[in-house]
Amino acid sequence: MSKFRKDDNKELPPISTASLPDVVFMLLFFFMVVVQMRDVSLMVKVKVPEATEVDKIEKKSLVSYIYIGEPLQQYRKVYGTASRIQLNDKWAGVNDIQDFIVVEREARDEAERPQMITALKVDENTKMGIVADVKTELRKAAALHILYSSRKVSELAK
Amino acid sequence: MGKGKKKLPEVPAASLADIAFMLLIFFLVATQMNVDNGLERRLPQWVEEEQETDVDVNERNVFVVLVNRNNDLLVENEWSSVADLREKAKEFMANPNDDPNLPEKELKDIPLFGPTMVSKGVISLQNDRDTKYEMYIAVQNELVGAINDLRNELALSKFGKTFEKCDEEQQEAIKDIYPQKISEAEPKKVGGEK
Repeated sequence: MSKFRKDDNKELPPISTASLPDVVFMLLFFFMVVVQMRDVSLMVKVKVPEATEVDKIEKKSLVSYIYIGEPLQQYRKVYGTASRIQLNDKWAGVNDIQDFIVVEREARDEAERPQMITALKVDENTKMGIVADVKTELRKAAALHILYSSRKVSELAK
Repeated sequence: MGKGKKKLPEVPAASLADIAFMLLIFFLVATQMNVDNGLERRLPQWVEEEQETDVDVNERNVFVVLVNRNNDLLVENEWSSVADLREKAKEFMANPNDDPNLPEKELKDIPLFGPTMVSKGVISLQNDRDTKYEMYIAVQNELVGAINDLRNELALSKFGKTFEKCDEEQQEAIKDIYPQKISEAEPKKVGGEK
């Protein structure tokens, strides 16, 4: 049983951590490539509805976002619970949408402008009235290509 | 000092992992994964004065879908549910038996297909200002799904592969046969402006 003798002084060498930084850097680079900066902090609650027939947007840089939903808890005291529009980091009214589109358009390359897409991130409990108003404004601003953001599911829940 | 051949001590690399971890955590917190899925649609051009465009659309060519403020669905003057909508829309757009109540067809010359009977059907969707967005998307989804299904069936029977796998020319041809004609009326304003 000499194999199990404890007094033979040989200790297990500690596991080398020299490769740890490499591993972590690899993770880091992965995340840097895959993700995108969170450019706005949401002030409205947005839970987009489900859909089965979704398309995927390939070019991120062409998309501008319009958020519509109920204000989050901490804004309720000031803004109430009625659905509101958020553009970038600010509250907005229906009238601000045309200006917003113009600014977004200016920010893009001339060649990319015709392919711009406006993504509507609208909470599923929103009434259609405000959405219809937004759509009218988008038509006036000639931003006709839109995307109703939705979660992809294989089957609609009933 | 002086000529002493002292080697420069090696820079300790033990903290490198910590620094990398910190960066990693920063990126995890400050960024988001790309999730841009959704229903892609084209809005109609804005016209200054909404003149009553008297496009002569025969009643049998219009598939009327109404959604009221209680999220009830009326399809071609019948109560319906979202689950049945897709089948009804498909039947309307395809009109396989040339039913006189379903839309007319006209002969069109389609590349790759030759002269083909193409339905003149149009889907008309109208909702109330108080309709829930969730319901609206569900209805849109079913209508788009109906057309996608028809395109897929056609692609399978003609080219033996799904619509998505067809090349651009084939997709264009199929789109000519089953165009996505969904027209949306302005929602009705009930109870005046708010």
